[in-house]
Amino acid sequence: MQTETETQKSIRRRAFSAAFPHTIPILAGFLFLGISYGLYATAAGFDFWYPILMAVVIFGGSLEFVAVEMLLGIFAPAQTLIMALMIQARHLFYGIAMLEKYKGTGWKKVYLIYGMCDESFSINCSAEIPEGVDKGWFMFFVTLLNQLYWVCGTAVGAVLGSVISFDLNGLEFVMTAMFVVIFLDQWLKEKKHYTGIIGVAASAVCLLAFGADSFMIPTMTCILCLLTVFRGPIEKAGGLG
Amino acid sequence: MTLAQQFITIGLCALGTMATRFLPFLLFSPKKPTPKYVQYLGRALPCAVFGMLVVYCLRNVSVALPPHGVPEAIGIAVTVALHLWKRQMLLSIAGGTVCYMLLVQFVF
Repeated sequence: MQTETETQKSIRRRAFSAAFPHTIPILAGFLFLGISYGLYATAAGFDFWYPILMAVVIFGGSLEFVAVEMLLGIFAPAQTLIMALMIQARHLFYGIAMLEKYKGTGWKKVYLIYGMCDESFSINCSAEIPEGVDKGWFMFFVTLLNQLYWVCGTAVGAVLGSVISFDLNGLEFVMTAMFVVIFLDQWLKEKKHYTGIIGVAASAVCLLAFGADSFMIPTMTCILCLLTVFRGPIEKAGGLG
Repeated sequence: MTLAQQFITIGLCALGTMATRFLPFLLFSPKKPTPKYVQYLGRALPCAVFGMLVVYCLRNVSVALPPHGVPEAIGIAVTVALHLWKRQMLLSIAGGTVCYMLLVQFVF
């Protein structure tokens, strides 16, 4: 019995030591973005526990920023759910990519799927797990550490934001800048920029037509239709993710 | 929004997120190929959706009223320029945001 638990412990310790170095870049990134998010949410007028709660239960950076905006608006459950599904749709494909890898990880599989953010996915999908390291525990620690970084960063930002009093006017631009950078990275990958143009043009036209309060559902509908109609040329042009 | 409505909104965000994370494991088996259309959407959606989110962030900016969206335009230009130059996500975000904050606090 004694040796049994000792072995379990050493399996976990070895997996942790293998996993941690892979997450160091994410540590820096998530602390920075998490702190910004905590500051952003508290500057928007929310108590410190709101962003922390969202960091734990949603755990998807882009949507958490948008959720703050949605909480400030009128209650619109249908739009909220559709927005969440559209922003997070990419996870569907992470899941498809990880079907095989997450197999046989036991109870940890539920947490691995729950915590599958972009960063955890990319590490777990691409990391060469060394010989003799348990795959399930390795991926578990990658996922757990990344979520811890995000929640801690958010908590630091949220607490700072509720105690300090310097002028945070304009901080909300952090969300715009983040989406601009992600969009730019996607844009540069695509050879003909069709999907980028569709996204921006559909949103801009719908914004003019429907106004700032009700353009998101028409926009999302337009994007899905256009991507479906122009699937041929888009796939031919290539360079998609 | 009431507190209950806020919780429902946060809950729906979590539900939407978890649906996208869990659905493939419930729908597809590693042995069966995923429908081509679904694979295509997975590759085509991200860029379009992030373009949409940029417009979403700017939805309340008025070109007609002062400052005519100038701070936003400069902030985005700085973010893009930094990113094309260094390709360091955090540097681009921090640089663009600090620039925007300085503009709205001291210039406009």
